Amino acid sequence: MELCPSVKNVLLLDSEGNRVAAKYYCDDWPTNSAKEAFEKAVFTKTQKTNARTEAEIAMIENNVVVYKFVQSLHFFVTGGEDENELILATVLQGFCDAVGLLLSTCSRGHVDRREALENLDLILMCLDEIVDGGIILETDPNVIAGKVASQSVDAGGPLSEQTISQALATAREHLTRSLLN
Amino acid sequence: MAQPFVKKDDDDEEAEYSPFLGIEKGAVLQEARVFNDPQLDPRRCSQVITKLLYLLNQGETFTKVEATEVFFAVTKLFQSRDIGLRRMVYLMIKELSPCADEVIIVTSSLMKDMNSKTDMYRANAIRVLCRITDGTLLTQIERYLKQAIVDKNPVVASAALVSGIHILQTNPEIVKRWSNEVQEAVQSRAALVQFHALALLHQIRQNDRLAVSKLVTSLTRGSVRSPLAQCLLIRYTSQVIHESASNSQTGERPFFDYLESCLRHKAEMVILEAARAITELNGVTSRELTPAITVLQLFLSSSKPVLRFAAIRTLNKVAMTHPMAVTNCNIDMESLISDQNRSIATLAITTLLKTGNESSVDRLMKQITNFMSDIADEFKIVVVEAIRSLCLKFPLKYRSLMNFLSNILREEGGFEYKKAIIDSIVILIRDIPEAKESGLLHLCEFIEDCEFTYLSTQILHFLGIEGPKTSDPSKYIRYIYNRVHLENATVRASAVSTMAKFGAKVESLKPRIFVLLRRCLLDSDDEVRDRATLYLNTLGGHGSEVETDENMNEFLFGSLEVPLVNLETSLKNYEPSDESFDINSVPKEIKSQPLAEKKAPGKKPATGLAAPPSGPATTVDAYERLLSSIAEFSSFGKLFKSSAPVELTEAGTEYTVNVVKHIFDRHVVFQYNCTNTIPEVLLENVAVIVDSSDAEEFSEVASKPLPSLPYDSPGQTFVAFEKPDGVTAIGKFSNILKFIVKEVDPSTGEAEEDGVEDEYQLEDLEVVAADYILKVGVSNFRNAWESMGADYERVDEYGLGPRENLTEAVNAVINLLGMQPCEGTEVVPSNSRSHSCLLSGVYIGNVKVLVRLSFGIDGQRDVAMKLAVRSEDESVSDAIHEIVASG
Repeated sequence: MELCPSVKNVLLLDSEGNRVAAKYYCDDWPTNSAKEAFEKAVFTKTQKTNARTEAEIAMIENNVVVYKFVQSLHFFVTGGEDENELILATVLQGFCDAVGLLLSTCSRGHVDRREALENLDLILMCLDEIVDGGIILETDPNVIAGKVASQSVDAGGPLSEQTISQALATAREHLTRSLLN
Repeated sequence: MAQPFVKKDDDDEEAEYSPFLGIEKGAVLQEARVFNDPQLDPRRCSQVITKLLYLLNQGETFTKVEATEVFFAVTKLFQSRDIGLRRMVYLMIKELSPCADEVIIVTSSLMKDMNSKTDMYRANAIRVLCRITDGTLLTQIERYLKQAIVDKNPVVASAALVSGIHILQTNPEIVKRWSNEVQEAVQSRAALVQFHALALLHQIRQNDRLAVSKLVTSLTRGSVRSPLAQCLLIRYTSQVIHESASNSQTGERPFFDYLESCLRHKAEMVILEAARAITELNGVTSRELTPAITVLQLFLSSSKPVLRFAAIRTLNKVAMTHPMAVTNCNIDMESLISDQNRSIATLAITTLLKTGNESSVDRLMKQITNFMSDIADEFKIVVVEAIRSLCLKFPLKYRSLMNFLSNILREEGGFEYKKAIIDSIVILIRDIPEAKESGLLHLCEFIEDCEFTYLSTQILHFLGIEGPKTSDPSKYIRYIYNRVHLENATVRASAVSTMAKFGAKVESLKPRIFVLLRRCLLDSDDEVRDRATLYLNTLGGHGSEVETDENMNEFLFGSLEVPLVNLETSLKNYEPSDESFDINSVPKEIKSQPLAEKKAPGKKPATGLAAPPSGPATTVDAYERLLSSIAEFSSFGKLFKSSAPVELTEAGTEYTVNVVKHIFDRHVVFQYNCTNTIPEVLLENVAVIVDSSDAEEFSEVASKPLPSLPYDSPGQTFVAFEKPDGVTAIGKFSNILKFIVKEVDPSTGEAEEDGVEDEYQLEDLEVVAADYILKVGVSNFRNAWESMGADYERVDEYGLGPRENLTEAVNAVINLLGMQPCEGTEVVPSNSRSHSCLLSGVYIGNVKVLVRLSFGIDGQRDVAMKLAVRSEDESVSDAIHEIVASG
């Protein structure tokens, strides 16, 4: 029996249901079309709900899905039918807030689809820091954002001397330049 | 696929802008050449990697060659000292999941990073290396991993521990050596390190019950700080409780105090985990439940939807087994009916329907009525099903519940939803006699305006059975006859049948029914006309001879005894002749799978074959025709059963042979289906030599060899045995295929004159008890059981010894008896400790047999079974017990 809490997938969709970033950790959706079908089901089922102030929850295809919307970004975390909903919600909160933190310091303050795509490397690193192969790695948004931000600056100065926001500012400059080249 | 935004470029430009607009795999792969530049530009490289990752993330795939090329290019980037780029390199390598010989290329770079001073390098290099490596490399890096587990940096420690959890799946023996370090990490001050260490430690020890129990005992004393680790510990604790419950049933439940103390934890996830663990305890008492229910009740009024959902979902489960324990929460749950989140509202309603008492039903129904209009069909179906069970629980309340159902029936809704309502009304009508008249009228009103043909015909059929039994059958006629005017042909035909049933059952209505049926004679559809004519004739409406009541009732109300599939095949095989089609000749056995012979259709007509050239027989009656056409077997009487083909050779051998066992009252015929798979040879005088020395009750009476067996055109040879009448003789037969081999000239296809005699050993064949029982299902087992009577009932108990689970035991008995499982009882719900299974069949001699099996499994996985048999013959009931006792 699998006793360790596990995450089946973490999704970030835009307000039209298109995939911005997605990470699957189990074989329930073996092909890309199966994944897209699941994302579509999740998106249409949750679209009309108001998941902005508090995270919401739904059962979809016998999975527990917790979700939260921030501006034009839709965040989802899926777990098995019997998973502790609050553990999943903690993962969601970590993901959501870390992305918010990174985007609002690294870009023009918008947390939207465009900024997310322009900073896709940050988001992918963020996902990598939250869950590893289905096992929860870290849930504190400050720690997650801090790790991602510190990694995306040049190894110019010793990290400990930089505050997170300094690090993020450097990162922002670094990334917008690199992606808009 | 990689350009999800391109298709909408006419829309608002700002919203549709994407840095990846128009991205193409080929172009990006070209760009990846910058990885090879002698002067690396870290920013540009990061940017290209991001693009590659974007493509992969959107579902694009790289071919093997592309992936290898990208991988080798990426490895060059280890030269750069840019932290951000290195991080992207790690991500990219994980995504590419390189093969073993590619891994070697990066191993040294990653091992260097594992020993770096930078924590980020160490943590990530560990995760990457453990992800892509195989067992051989692990021993090289094991030393570093052990160190990393106890590293003072929590990120490094977590990386090593989580990697350990993954590696444990493939290389448990290596990870088990890390026990000491992991144990040390459990004491870590860092929350997540503790969580990861505990998870790994438990997985290392999971097969050692005593060790797990010790672990739980020591940790529940309070050294776990992380909420996630606390949740894990609760799961381990309830597992220990579950496993120890079977041993010590007396006194206090161990560790319950710990679970209860977790209800006062400051983290909500721990409280929820503990409350759920308590509600799921085996044989939980209401005293144990109370504290858990209390915290869940508090959650119900939380501002967080996730918390409300978790609480109501748990309470809903509790209400299934302990409805009384949940009643305290009724007021809180009632306020959840208007919850914004429809899943929460639906769960609240269904829970209330389980916990409510008789007096609260009316109030509840009023609240639900408001709620029903604004939820999706899938939730409505759940509510309808809950109301159905509520009504069966409080039959006195049928009036308000039936009203509710009829009201929602009138509203808009899809097919599944309407079907759920109709099914519920039908069940209520069947089980609550008082509800019948009003229920039937509701159904009548529904079909007046029903858009689903399937539902209309179902209701008409049901009306035909129940309507005539009511106090005033005539009031339904109008509704039924209206269908004939207003509906499509399928519904019209069904209405005609229903009217005929009223005519047959209610003598006073007969003349009026005749008038209506005669009007249908001019219908535009032939099925409707045919039915009207048929019923007018059977009921005597044409003044013709009236059939006896019994025949007529049997015809109108009796169920078809043969499976429709078999009837269809029989009708297709029927060739028009003087002899009319006899429904009794249709086999009653349900064929679970098509016969294996279908795989080998005769490509060429079998030349020189004495048996009818009909090719492979596909159904039982085709077997019967085949056998009766052979003179030696024609005196054996009616074929009782033919088994599915049993393979006697392995796939891919020179000659493939399978056998079908044909059982007659006093004989058994083995039909060996042989195929010659060698193009260069022709076999002649093919026969099977059967040694029946292990089957004492059988004596060989005839053998029919196959004169010639050319390449790839299957032929049959038969051997017949006599056996004592009425005895289910069983035994083992060994078989040798004997034949004369002649070589064939491939150019001319002519066989040589001289042949060589040869033998070929086949596998053994058994005649078992199940061969004497036909799989014949009954639609209503209880009725069949009751009407069979207890005259020849035999009950006994058996121990089946240790089994993996109940499913295995149930299947073993079903296969042993060869009977048809009824009403889906062959499916055992997972983890259940007892199960009942209903079987039906026909024993040789055409004796109906019904079997009731009750299984139970104990903590040691020993399975006990109670077997009750009813049949029409005492000796048959005994025989069934004998089969089980000797099997």
